Amino acid sequence: MTPRQPTSPPRSPERAIEAFVAGPHTREAVDAFLAAHHFPIVEGSSVTFVYRGEAEKIHLKHWVFGLPSSQELTRVPDTDLWYLTLDIPPNSRIEYKLEVVRGGRGEWRQDPLNPNRARDPFGANSVAHGSGYRVPDWTHPDPESALGTIDEVGFQSKVFGRRDLVLYLPARYRKSRRYPLLVVHDGHDYLRYAAMATVLDNLIHRLEIPALIAAFTSSPDRLREYANDERHASLITEELVPFLERRFPLEGRPQGRCLMGASFGAVAALSTAWRHPGYFGKLLLQSGSFAFTDIGDRNHRGPVFDPVVTFMNQFRSRPVAVSEHVFVSCGTYESLIYENRSLVPMLTATGMTISYVEAPDGHNWENWRDRLREGLSRLFPGPLLLMYE
Amino acid sequence: MSVAPRVVVLGPQHAQPSVSAVLRRVAGKGPVALITAGLQERESEATAIPELGVPAINLTLHARGEDIFAKDRELAAAYKARQTRLRLMQDFYRTRLDHANLAARAISVRHVDEELLAEEGAASIGMIRRLDEDHLERCHHVHAEFVSRWQPASRPHVARHRGEVAAILARTSAVVLAGGHVAVLLNRLRLLELGPLLASRTVVGWSAGAMVLTDRVVLFHDHPPYGPPVAEVLDLGLGLAPALVVLPNPRLRLRLDDTARVTYLAQRFAPATCVALDHGNSVEIEGGCVAGGSEAQLLRSDGSVDRSWP
Repeated sequence: MTPRQPTSPPRSPERAIEAFVAGPHTREAVDAFLAAHHFPIVEGSSVTFVYRGEAEKIHLKHWVFGLPSSQELTRVPDTDLWYLTLDIPPNSRIEYKLEVVRGGRGEWRQDPLNPNRARDPFGANSVAHGSGYRVPDWTHPDPESALGTIDEVGFQSKVFGRRDLVLYLPARYRKSRRYPLLVVHDGHDYLRYAAMATVLDNLIHRLEIPALIAAFTSSPDRLREYANDERHASLITEELVPFLERRFPLEGRPQGRCLMGASFGAVAALSTAWRHPGYFGKLLLQSGSFAFTDIGDRNHRGPVFDPVVTFMNQFRSRPVAVSEHVFVSCGTYESLIYENRSLVPMLTATGMTISYVEAPDGHNWENWRDRLREGLSRLFPGPLLLMYE
Repeated sequence: MSVAPRVVVLGPQHAQPSVSAVLRRVAGKGPVALITAGLQERESEATAIPELGVPAINLTLHARGEDIFAKDRELAAAYKARQTRLRLMQDFYRTRLDHANLAARAISVRHVDEELLAEEGAASIGMIRRLDEDHLERCHHVHAEFVSRWQPASRPHVARHRGEVAAILARTSAVVLAGGHVAVLLNRLRLLELGPLLASRTVVGWSAGAMVLTDRVVLFHDHPPYGPPVAEVLDLGLGLAPALVVLPNPRLRLRLDDTARVTYLAQRFAPATCVALDHGNSVEIEGGCVAGGSEAQLLRSDGSVDRSWP
């Protein structure tokens, strides 16, 4: 008698798309496949993008630095179904579009099978959530959180004329108290695309940051004014903050002032602090466009970065403490990760307290939104540590 | 028959209040004096306090403090300056502590002889303990200097309020301290110099109200919104529950299943006893010694937790 061989179960395809490709390629099968899944399909570290429709080619277009920015989807024979599977690290967030090529012309579209969207000043992208990623609950309105107020405040600058300013006052605001001040570059975009008022409401409610006043500023010429413009630094430190400190009950000391921004807004924050050292006790710098050169002054990012490179080269040649505590964050899928990582040891060496976090995300508003809790609670620890009810 | 004054420290009360049962036992029919200054502006809101089961007179320490500051502007300004100084000192102490903890971590992962590593681990804890002691000593110095210069108890508005509080205390059978903002609670007790008035009385406190009764108030959170777990001393307490470090609400705030964390806390604050107090947990002190309690959780230096202490 021959010994029984252990029977192994028939090998099942690893991924849903492989099972589909192995099966019948009928219209009904495609319908059933689409009805049975959420898209993109996330299976462990595999993310499968799917498109249905007639086209010559379909390309995945994304902004993940390190991967080819355009990748072709494969057509399932005899169907109008296209797919591409990528390995995506856990907890990733990837913004993308699909390029549909017809008649030799490509058109970028949001993924019609994926309801997740991220809005930004240029429109909206589709978003793929890698395994483990959850939109943080503190970014959604919480019925238990008391709401702060948002008001437009007229502000007249001697240099720039009238500037739009949105002021956030926390819930239960009292004139008899003294509040820290947070000044936000690209403030209107932080409110629109990073849910910042909701985030502040929730973090204050959860005692993770103290009740604070936030001034959301914007510039009509941000690429110029945020790129180490002396006039901008004066606007912030000699006009805006004094104006706010006269009108509102603010702490009025460096430890109670924070300047923040993302991308060029982070450059504006650092350069303003550099021009007025010690004025802001806290800086929150997200995905700073801290371009520099190690030799020469030619940078590959284009002429708009020239003043940034000049500033950063100057700062990097002699880093000095310009604030007390600096929080730096950057997405690992950004080309700017190199600049931000290399800045951290330089900032640390100045004696400033530096907090640095990375996340598997790109240069976008929801990345900046998702880092707000860590950044703000690090710079402005709330009474959580003092409350024992 | 009179009952010897006791101090009872309790865990949080919002989910399963146990304070009324304790008060029935140690305070008879009352009335009791109630301190809710940790709730700040909400101190008189009845809904913020669990049912005590005995009549209570709220001492309204927070409101009294506000009244004092409104009427004695000189003291208010000095007090504000002191608080600013203390906040900065706390920040600087925290910076030193962060670096000491990083150094301890860097040493702990070195691949060297186990015996030497243990010795260095003890040295690291010793360094952190010295930072704690130095901070407490300097806080004490700031408070002493403030009292010496401004003589709060001799100032008319403070003296009046203190007298009123003393009169209420005289006709109550116990004092109850509710939880809330531990620094605000401690500051209001200190402003009216209530420590000596409470020393000979039966006192029951929960959460922040329990923390201020110990020698030193330890702030802690093992799940902060950023970075690694936090534990830092805030200030000296009233010392009515000596040699205890009270850690309320461990279910939310502590990693009691992390033996390294438990060891760290127990060793750092030794010879004081670190005791975690959840809902329904208590420790009773009589004559400065632990005399009883219910299911308090004792943190041991070997990383274990005794869940039915004492």
